[in-house]
Amino acid sequence: MEQLLSILIGVLVAASVYLMMGRNLLRFLFGLILLSNAANLTIFVAGRLTPGAPPLVPDGLDAPVGPVANALPQALVLTAIVIGFGLFAFALILAVRAYYSLGTLDTDDMRVAEPKDQA
Amino acid sequence: MSWYLTLPLVIPFITAIAAFLLRNGAYGRWVSVAGSTAALGAAIALMVVVLDQGVLADQMGQWAAPFGITLVADLLSAVMVLITAITGLAVAIYAIGDVAARHERHGYHALFQILLAGVTGAFLTGDLFNLYVWFEVMLIASFGLLILNGDREQIEGGVKYVALNLISTILFLTGIGLLYGMTGTLNFADLAVKVDLIEDKGMLTVVAMMFMVAFGVKAAVFPLFFWLPAAYHTPSFSVSAVFAGLLTKVGVYALIRMFTLVFDHDVGYTHTVLLWVACLTMVTGVLGAAAQSDFRKILSFHIISQIGYMILGLALMTPLAIVGAVFYLVHHIIVKANLFLVAGISRQLTGGTDVYKIGGLYKSSPLLAVLFLIPAFSLAGFPPLSGFWAKYIIVKATLDIEMWFVAFIALAVGLMTIYSMTKIWAEAFWKDHPDGRDPALSGLANRAPLLIPVAALALLTMVIGLMPEPFVIFAERAANQLLDPTTYITVVLGEPS
Repeated sequence: MEQLLSILIGVLVAASVYLMMGRNLLRFLFGLILLSNAANLTIFVAGRLTPGAPPLVPDGLDAPVGPVANALPQALVLTAIVIGFGLFAFALILAVRAYYSLGTLDTDDMRVAEPKDQA
Repeated sequence: MSWYLTLPLVIPFITAIAAFLLRNGAYGRWVSVAGSTAALGAAIALMVVVLDQGVLADQMGQWAAPFGITLVADLLSAVMVLITAITGLAVAIYAIGDVAARHERHGYHALFQILLAGVTGAFLTGDLFNLYVWFEVMLIASFGLLILNGDREQIEGGVKYVALNLISTILFLTGIGLLYGMTGTLNFADLAVKVDLIEDKGMLTVVAMMFMVAFGVKAAVFPLFFWLPAAYHTPSFSVSAVFAGLLTKVGVYALIRMFTLVFDHDVGYTHTVLLWVACLTMVTGVLGAAAQSDFRKILSFHIISQIGYMILGLALMTPLAIVGAVFYLVHHIIVKANLFLVAGISRQLTGGTDVYKIGGLYKSSPLLAVLFLIPAFSLAGFPPLSGFWAKYIIVKATLDIEMWFVAFIALAVGLMTIYSMTKIWAEAFWKDHPDGRDPALSGLANRAPLLIPVAALALLTMVIGLMPEPFVIFAERAANQLLDPTTYITVVLGEPS
């Protein structure tokens, strides 16, 4: 399972790098969301995949009985997904705004703040 | 629960909420000033306690370390929190005279306070994932502040800033995942213990390099700095002052923290990379500045070159060099924020930021000229200002280990800094205004809130410059804690049983 997920992460990163190399801002953002999903999967795999029981502590005990799944990476991934989602929503709105006010999504044409002829 | 550690975090959040609720009236700015004053008080209290106890740590939610989230303040954290609060208060006062009412209604003060909370959190946390969360808090607030005006330049600068910072964030997150997979912990102190047990040091170095790139983007080091000069000259001046003072320094702080505490297994490799990065950062930054003509763009490139000095201190990894890095960090935040604030006043007086198209400031506003010269000379490293001692310690550290070439670069970059500063001086201050405008300070309606923070920060750099001894002794103590993290680890994890 680890190998399969590792390959999947590799494919995701490759696809995202390909997308981000493009000059179109929207493609770049799609690449970014793929990359952030690859990072989330990395955390998930790094936390070891175990076919254990849910990490629940029975009544009256201090620790769960027997092997249980590691809950921490899932908590981390959950946090990272939420944060990543928020940032991505912002970035999308920014891209829309950039299209309206700059009239282009080609990053090579974005030279208002850094004009070519300067200095 | 220790209020000393939580108050510097809680106050900005409460202030942010209050400022958001009051954003439509004229009260928001006063709430922001009051909140920043309270945060400064909390930061001073924290500093006093940390000076007394050495390291202060507390577990959030009473989950014992390394399982819960730890807040830690050693001397470096405490001084960074203090300097954040000082800069925060200075900019909050400046904002009264700088920020348009329209931006206040859009939530300027709330975003500003959240930014300060994020920066403070990043300095205080003792947990890697928590550091990531604080970075995000800081990042989203800075996105909002950057594009608050919504004009074309800001949107465009915002796109570049957002894109590169998000990539760095994802790299950071991947690094966290891999490091967690190798050690099973996220607590800094616990990591410092656990990384020694890892057998595959090569893999650890790979992860270390991921962190170096991620924090390198945040700190704007060569060759990862391109987002900074693309964005820092576009927002309002109070925003760019706080960005210039604090944001990149969080990256430097994270580098210092991780590469003294956790990744010290292969100093010969990682810190050699840092050394090259530092030298190239210094040189490219200062050369970039020489080619610019916009007041803030010149200053932006100088941030990059100054970051190089701090990284250089970390890269040398000798006790004196770390002292220099800590001293430089503190000095630089004060001076750089101050220069951007001066640029803001000059923009209001002369009506432009291109130094070739403005002028006459020396004749019409000699006070502003003095207030520019102090931080500008401090940045270039003139005695008796704080920048002189900062550069002196760093250069002395390179000479001590006979790195002549590195010392030469550090000194040459200092000279080039003077070139840029004299360019601003000659064009914006010395020569007459090309349009015959008289940029007198008396023509400014609300000059008190603009001048007071500038004067206060200028005074601070002079005080550090004239009485460097207590500050150097403090930096020495902080550097000792960084190089020998035993106390840090025991305080966080408790006494070894």
